[in-house]
Amino acid sequence: MTIFRLTVNETAVEVDVPGMRRLLDVLRDELALTGTKEGCGEGECGACTVLLDGAPVVACLVPICQAEGAVVRTVEGLAGPAHQLDALQAAFLETGGAQCGICTPGMLMSAQAYLDAGGGPDDGAIRDAIAGNLCRCTGYTKIIEAIALAASGRVVRAE
Amino acid sequence: MTTRTASPGAIVIQPGTIAPGRARGVAPLRREGPAKLTGAARYTDDLVFPGAWYGLTVRSTDAHARFVALDLDPVFDWSTIVVATSADIPGDNIVSSIKSDQPILVPVGGEIQHHAEPLALLAAPDRATLRAARRHLRVRTDPLPPVFDPLVSEHEFAHYAIGVGDVDGAFAAADLILEGEYRVGHQEQLYIENNAMIAVPREDGGVAVHGSLQCPYYVHAALKRGLALDDEQAQVIQAETGGGFGGKEDFPSVIGLHAALLARKAGRPVRMIYDRHEDIAATTKRHPAIVRHRTGVTLDGRLVAQDIEVIMDGGAYCTLTPVVLSRGALHSGGPYRCPNVRIRARATRTNTPPNGAFRGFGAPQVEFAAETHLNRIAEALELSPLEIRRRNLYRPGDVTPTGQVLRDSVAAEEVLERAVEAAEFERLRTRLRSARRGRDGSGAIPGSPLRTGTQRLASGIGLALAWHGAGFTGSGEVHLASVASVELTAAGEIRILTASTEMGQGTRTILPQLVAEALDVPFDAVEIAPQDTAFVPDSGPTVASRTSMVVGGLLIRAAQRLRAQVEAATGGRFAETYRDHAASHGAIRIDQRFEPYPGVPFDDATYTGDAYPAFGWAACVARVDVDLDTGEVHVRDVVAADDIGRVIHPILAEGQVEGGTLQAVGYATIEEIKLRDGRYLNDRLATYIIPTALDAPRISTILVEAPFGSVPHGAKGVGELPMDVGAPAVVAAIADATGVWIGDLPASPERILAAMAGLPAVAGLRPGASEPA
Repeated sequence: MTIFRLTVNETAVEVDVPGMRRLLDVLRDELALTGTKEGCGEGECGACTVLLDGAPVVACLVPICQAEGAVVRTVEGLAGPAHQLDALQAAFLETGGAQCGICTPGMLMSAQAYLDAGGGPDDGAIRDAIAGNLCRCTGYTKIIEAIALAASGRVVRAE
Repeated sequence: MTTRTASPGAIVIQPGTIAPGRARGVAPLRREGPAKLTGAARYTDDLVFPGAWYGLTVRSTDAHARFVALDLDPVFDWSTIVVATSADIPGDNIVSSIKSDQPILVPVGGEIQHHAEPLALLAAPDRATLRAARRHLRVRTDPLPPVFDPLVSEHEFAHYAIGVGDVDGAFAAADLILEGEYRVGHQEQLYIENNAMIAVPREDGGVAVHGSLQCPYYVHAALKRGLALDDEQAQVIQAETGGGFGGKEDFPSVIGLHAALLARKAGRPVRMIYDRHEDIAATTKRHPAIVRHRTGVTLDGRLVAQDIEVIMDGGAYCTLTPVVLSRGALHSGGPYRCPNVRIRARATRTNTPPNGAFRGFGAPQVEFAAETHLNRIAEALELSPLEIRRRNLYRPGDVTPTGQVLRDSVAAEEVLERAVEAAEFERLRTRLRSARRGRDGSGAIPGSPLRTGTQRLASGIGLALAWHGAGFTGSGEVHLASVASVELTAAGEIRILTASTEMGQGTRTILPQLVAEALDVPFDAVEIAPQDTAFVPDSGPTVASRTSMVVGGLLIRAAQRLRAQVEAATGGRFAETYRDHAASHGAIRIDQRFEPYPGVPFDDATYTGDAYPAFGWAACVARVDVDLDTGEVHVRDVVAADDIGRVIHPILAEGQVEGGTLQAVGYATIEEIKLRDGRYLNDRLATYIIPTALDAPRISTILVEAPFGSVPHGAKGVGELPMDVGAPAVVAAIADATGVWIGDLPASPERILAAMAGLPAVAGLRPGASEPA
């Protein structure tokens, strides 16, 4: 076992685990951040997407030793301190971008990376940004609509 | 009839035909949306049970064999491992379903029927110990000869015959007879959350199972029978469920029983969480099918005789096969008037994992065949695919092969016309035709020089029309006798009690909407109780696109009764008086039981009568680009027009159409299970591929409303309709682009190139067949 230090959703954390433990398991089992989901365990579905130093990664393929000293952001880090939805989450709610919800946390993180990089409401660019995130419910139509809405900065109905 | 266009901002509601008294405000936001969007929603694997162990299933690796022995390596320390075998099953060793043929665990000495069959169960305090134990356990078997071909299998799960008119006489008089054979393979539901169950022993000797599931009372029945429990001892609680599509209709009984057996033996909670590989390898798929059509027509394109044979591959156990086959048989002629029809359908057993429910439930297979066949007939008669449909589609007053008179809610023409209008079908078809004529040749021939640039891409447009029986088939709803309840609690809360589950489609939003409307109270005033068999009545399974129509209808009636009761007592409006009334008079609970819809009862013996209370109708226009050198298909645009009776929530309804359409596009183009010796070869997400955002077409949804008159709100259901119609539309578009018809799904590059080269179709790797050596 080794002690690893990282920042998760703006909180400094320390975990004492084997270095090859998946970041996904550390988040879910050690830190009780179960918003990040496991869909396939081999990097194909994107349900476990988190931001590692701002870049979207699949947490099932990242050993914790590679996250030493990193800044990690998960779906739990999107909403505000009083759990109010951020603009991206509110856009998903408004447009119907979440159905069963299991791909949603990963989808939101890929979308957040896209928005953070200055992405706009362009259909093709949004499709590229979420190409690594599988959704079986929506046909992607309303997810793309949600990301475009958030990217456009238009105000949406607050919950 | 009214039509609403796709964008919520541009909804057009035409006056006159909507059920009276409907308030149509802004649709509420998804009830559990914020929890799903913040990561707070708890799916099964997110639930914490202190002291829980981890469970796994020991499976066969033979397709057909005698189970000789389970050897536990004496070198290994088994003291912290629980091993459960069939000897630990207190009740019947049967997974409760239509037939009693599937064991919970194969006993030693028993017959293994498929490659992934459960033989024993293990539980351990942690995953590493569990994996180590599995490595020290050996299964011994004596192989038996397997059967993989459903056509030669002599074990029949079900068969049906439907007949009307003089088929042979009509063929003799027909101007043209066209025959065709169509094949479809397995399709995996591929919900992104794998099957998962956690079982917790109860103090009364029973067990509580928390899990990812569609039908709490199916699992409840399975637990009672397998574990010899009473109604209270068996408790099933749905966790947040990450997609189902039918894949969590019948299979959760298996994994629920397994988790429960281990929990009872271990005396502690046990988690059974499948990984993706196990989920694809072992759980149910859409039935492969072979559909043969022989159709007689007049020269002006009218159907005069249909002779249809449907053969489905049930896999190793019966599961829901008889009802899947029944729906397949009933839909196999397509939504067309034909006076002389003979339909024969059978499903047989093969030594492959059992097939089960998947969105569409037998209809997508047969409607792919029916639509592709009709398109080929149109081509043979030099009629447009639109015109042949206009001449044959069901109109009000027409009679189906079971003798059902289509009186109410018939919208085949409406969806067809709306879809072709929005997609500009005829204009684009003509334009693409002339573009093709300007190109040299209609397809690449292997060995010929490769094309470059724009010459490589051929565009096409295709059309399909479908019907889908709403709710359970035949007398199914009568047998179910569902109960749904509305309760006014003593604390003055309004609460819905049903076993109808949320799995993404919007149950937790739509049911409160309907009740709120009936009570004339705000949406937020209506709660919905958790789907826990300890508290909610059996409102039937969450399947067959029946929740909005059937359960929604029961809840509206219950709410109307509650409202009348309170208003009679108080003399005031319900919304203003119910809280005070509850405080002074206590709780009121209204249980509403299903009563048969008017119509001709279905006769299961003769297959005559009203097969469904109503039908939903769908049309789809697809545009594709085909790369003539690689055979790769890109589905660019889809216009889907779906008649769902009444739109309760436009955004959720569109979401159903869009999602179902993409599943159909995947079925048409890329989704395929390959088998070798009864084992799925591509049982991983890296090898069983589904459409990504880059593969998905732009989907435009048109919602048509032809209300069903026997429920107060007119809704008919939406979930399955789009699944029936997408694949034949895509295949028709491929044919328009390339000139070749693909009769064997998916229309993979290999099949398209072979067809364009005039080579025989790819030798069947399925259904159930071994790969040729």
